[in-house]
Amino acid sequence: MAERTATIASSVGLHARPAAIFAEAAGEYDLEITIAAEGEPEDEAMDASSVLSLMSLGAGQGDKVVLRAEGAGADDALDHLVQILETDHDAE
Amino acid sequence: MQTLTGVGVCAGRVIGELVSMPEPVSEPAAGLTLRDEEPEAAVARLQSAAAAVKAELKRRAEVAVEKDAADVLKSTALMAGDKALLKNAAKLITGKGLAPERALWEAASDYADQMRALGGYMAERAADIEDVRARLVSQLQGLPMPGVPHRDVPFVLTAEDLAPADTATLDPELVLALVTSGGGPQSHTAILARNLGLPAVVAARGVEALADGTRVFVDGATGEIRTEPGEEEEELVEAWVRSAAARTAFDGQGVLSDGTEVPLLANVGTPEDARTAAAAGAQGVGLLRTEFCFLGRDKEPSVEEQVEQYTAILESFAGKKVVVRTLDAGADKPLPFLTDTAEPNPALGVRGFRTDRSVPGVLARQLEAIALAEEATDADVWVMAPMIATTSEARDFAAMARAAGLRVPGVMVETPSAAVTADQILRHVEFVSLGTNDLTQYTMAADRMMGSLAELNNPWQPAVLRMIRYTVEGALRAESEGAGRRNVGVCGEAAADPALAVVLVGLGVHTLSMSPRGLAPVAAVLRSVDLATARALAELAIEQPSAEDASAAVRTELSVLAELGL
Repeated sequence: MAERTATIASSVGLHARPAAIFAEAAGEYDLEITIAAEGEPEDEAMDASSVLSLMSLGAGQGDKVVLRAEGAGADDALDHLVQILETDHDAE
Repeated sequence: MQTLTGVGVCAGRVIGELVSMPEPVSEPAAGLTLRDEEPEAAVARLQSAAAAVKAELKRRAEVAVEKDAADVLKSTALMAGDKALLKNAAKLITGKGLAPERALWEAASDYADQMRALGGYMAERAADIEDVRARLVSQLQGLPMPGVPHRDVPFVLTAEDLAPADTATLDPELVLALVTSGGGPQSHTAILARNLGLPAVVAARGVEALADGTRVFVDGATGEIRTEPGEEEEELVEAWVRSAAARTAFDGQGVLSDGTEVPLLANVGTPEDARTAAAAGAQGVGLLRTEFCFLGRDKEPSVEEQVEQYTAILESFAGKKVVVRTLDAGADKPLPFLTDTAEPNPALGVRGFRTDRSVPGVLARQLEAIALAEEATDADVWVMAPMIATTSEARDFAAMARAAGLRVPGVMVETPSAAVTADQILRHVEFVSLGTNDLTQYTMAADRMMGSLAELNNPWQPAVLRMIRYTVEGALRAESEGAGRRNVGVCGEAAADPALAVVLVGLGVHTLSMSPRGLAPVAAVLRSVDLATARALAELAIEQPSAEDASAAVRTELSVLAELGL
């Protein structure tokens, strides 16, 4: 099981455009990738490729989230996804 | 032949076939279960419905001309195919045996409720999820998609009323006219029609009983809808087309037949609007709505950003007057950083200038930005606050505007209290602008969005005309007490009604501001009367017992209206 913690960089938090960008990226991997607020139990983690789940997390700028995935390429996938979370898409 | 009569809100005569808006999707019954379908088959049906909706939305996003519309369609497409949403719905199908439309309804409603509970900007996204919900349920039930139907031939669109969201799917090239059974002169349908220049009739009771495909004649000036149109109607349409030049050409000079000048200005809301207005000959801007800078934002835009946006508008009006209205947000036009969406009665809540009390700072920064934009251009900038009810609010706003370096502060007159205390208010500010849409709703105590109150929500109501007279008299009193020249303008939809425009001038209003399409017809009608006639017509209108009588009495006296098809 690969696991990474990321800090939300988007100034408006993880919703709308940032959530859509992230969900699309997570959906491109043939892996079950989950996301949860830091400290939440693993079995309450949600599908990272679901934009609705991401938005319902209500994660704001500076909040920490945990990404998890299992299988071949999981480490590379999570590294890439952490990078997306830690970019401020609203500043573009 | 059958004739229906509603309220004409945008002039124009057309003949075409009726196409009605689909009924809003209703909630599938609670506990609606699978009948003869295996759960696996139902899940598969749900997935293919989602895939179809997603594909259609994506296709439309690709052909959408405007980037904003494309973005909305793209994000809606993403939600329609959301894995977690479909998984949750599938669980309700296999676990509880629910029918797919009910399962999807519940799963989507869960997400919408969660968004609402998060509040602020997220709460607004709940409506997006409900839109997706409606699309998926329609697809599953084999019903037409929500939104304006697609046809190959232009048609007359009918509906009970249109919502702001429907405007995104309305292609003005495909719609000949709008006819609604509900709605009033200030409804979204009416505002949309005027913006697009589409002939429109609202509150046309009985139109809902006409079948799709019925050929009708629509007159957006008289409010008439006739079935089985014949030669007479065809001639009326031709006459309308022939007189187009007189209605569309404005030479940039609002003037009565005796030479009295009545500057005709434009209402604008974006830099693009401003260019359109300038090209249409507007003598300035009587209402610059600044919300475009703020709407859809999670955070207040920076001063620099605002300066850039305002400058883009002011540049179209070098050397001309531009009346900038400061931010008019409220629970009905929410902004996450400024308003409380939970108000029970948004029209009477914390909105307009009142938000400066609840969230100080936003207005001061906006005024700073407006002042900087004025410095950067040659426009003659006036600034006004919306939703003023007391003299002290007007005084406070004037002080804030002057402190920011803005020389000409004014206020909107939208509340009856501001109208009847205009003399006191005008000791502190240099001008007032009558927002007749709100002034009508507050004077008549009638929600402007409610079609059933359309008769009350009519600026021809003698009570509204009297409020306008109070305001003008207040200005004259302030002037006689040595206040200096006090301009009274009108920037509500009333100004674009050519017959009412004559009455407003007769009541003593100095300037009229309207959507650019209104300029030429209003100018043509004003040019046919002198000030004495306008005054007599104003007197005639104000003494009538009802709005209908007032409008009819004035229209009868203005033969130019029939000549121009207005």
